[in-house]
Amino acid sequence: MPEAVVDLEIQLLLEALYQRYHYDFRHYARASIKRRLVQARDQLAFPTISAMQDRVLHDPSMLPRLLDYLTVQVSEMFRDPSYFRALRESVLPHLKTYPSLKVWIAGSSTGEEVYSLAILFREEGLYDRTLFYATDINPEALAAAEAGVYPLDRIRKFTENHQKSGGRSSLSDYYTAAYGRAVFDKTLRERVVFSDHSLVTDAVFAEMHLISCRNVMIYFDRPLQDRAIGLFHDSLARKGFLGLGSKESLRFSAHAGGFSDFVPGEKIYQRREP
Amino acid sequence: MSAAPVKPPVKAVVIGASAGAVQALLTILPALPASFALPVLVVVHVPPDRDNVLVSLLQAKCRLTVKEAEDKEPLVGGTVFFAPSDYHLLVETDGTLAISTDEPVNYSRPSIDVLFESAADAFGEALVGVVLTGANHDGAAGLRAVTQAGGTAIVEDPNFAHSRAMPLAALEASPEAAIMTIDAIASYLSSLGTTR
Ligand SMILES: C[S@@+](CC[C@H](N)C(=O)[O-])C[C@H]1O[C@@H](n2cnc3c(N)ncnc32)[C@H](O)[C@@H]1O
Repeated sequence: MPEAVVDLEIQLLLEALYQRYHYDFRHYARASIKRRLVQARDQLAFPTISAMQDRVLHDPSMLPRLLDYLTVQVSEMFRDPSYFRALRESVLPHLKTYPSLKVWIAGSSTGEEVYSLAILFREEGLYDRTLFYATDINPEALAAAEAGVYPLDRIRKFTENHQKSGGRSSLSDYYTAAYGRAVFDKTLRERVVFSDHSLVTDAVFAEMHLISCRNVMIYFDRPLQDRAIGLFHDSLARKGFLGLGSKESLRFSAHAGGFSDFVPGEKIYQRREP
Repeated sequence: MSAAPVKPPVKAVVIGASAGAVQALLTILPALPASFALPVLVVVHVPPDRDNVLVSLLQAKCRLTVKEAEDKEPLVGGTVFFAPSDYHLLVETDGTLAISTDEPVNYSRPSIDVLFESAADAFGEALVGVVLTGANHDGAAGLRAVTQAGGTAIVEDPNFAHSRAMPLAALEASPEAAIMTIDAIASYLSSLGTTR
């Protein structure tokens, strides 16, 4: 099939998803979306992407399956340990001066980043005064995040990362192992609100002291990245902090002037006051 | 009487390498002349926790600019872009780069297949794909995508490669690929960039 036809089918499918279900992937980075939709077509055994569109338009139970292809659920606890170390050593000392704190994990996927931050804040004595918002557009990912259960074979890597991040406790203090799974302590999510929120279509909902949005905006095109960064800027309290993924930056953004580098190597920024 | 099919001028080169990559790239990339006008995109399999030391090593030895690719960065000629470790590198049809943390492909992130397939989509006939030494099968499907889109496929001669599995797999998937030694690849690419 000519590539131009596949590209057209993709454009029509994304438009259909938007009009029918208000999921807006129209301005996501196209090469990755295409790769994943072609994979969906082949693995779900549809002859064409148009056939897949026909199904999802008429059968809402198809939507979650497609969302699993359209969103990338790859995460890890304390991914890039040096980022969490920089939060611990450079950002949390500032946050300690506030009587109460709000932290937003945008694009929290299956929760690994949420539990990492909850453990970090507990180790640094800030957990009890903090409210965490974990948001994502994938309902199954949100449910998994809220459950906080991970296969045991992932724990070795999580533990190693936690240690490298400067962890003051043992990760095993926070989960119980049973039947090949690690069940994370529910007190870690006592102060976490899990909620459906899209960086593409939703608005500011609270004033944050720290926003961590890692490896989410790489899936957006440039104008959409700018929308999200604008949203973060508007959500941050005075001198609030924004942390991005290790290969992301504000350098190319229209909002670059609204932030200053705080820990440059770790992509941690601080809201700049006019 | 029919004329040989004329391909449009090459607009980009993609290279994939795994075990033995350092030596191979140290022969090819420093050989490219300062006048080389194409962008070169490279995926090398490196352990995920290690930063790309290869980039700084090659920076010192190449006449071209060598850098780690950044998200949304526009492709420019005369520059070698390396996929960052632990991220896939893709080319968008508007000639910008994108990175992703999608699952590993062929146990690899970055994956050669992911780069080659997206580049084949973006450049079609105007792409040259090169699969070098390696001990796995990444790159075979990608090189197939390059030839299917009308691009040019080159595979390092398995008899001289540090590890032959990857070139062999690529040749099996794309029998029409040209087989060349590292030195021949270096001079072929050099001629490409300067005859434009
Ligand atoms: C690769 S995961 C990143 C997980 C985690 N932040 C990390 O770095 O390990 C990307 C996440 O972004 C979510 N996402 C995609 N589009 C989004 C949007 N418009 N708003 C909020 N989250 C989104 C996906 O559902 C997915 O869970």
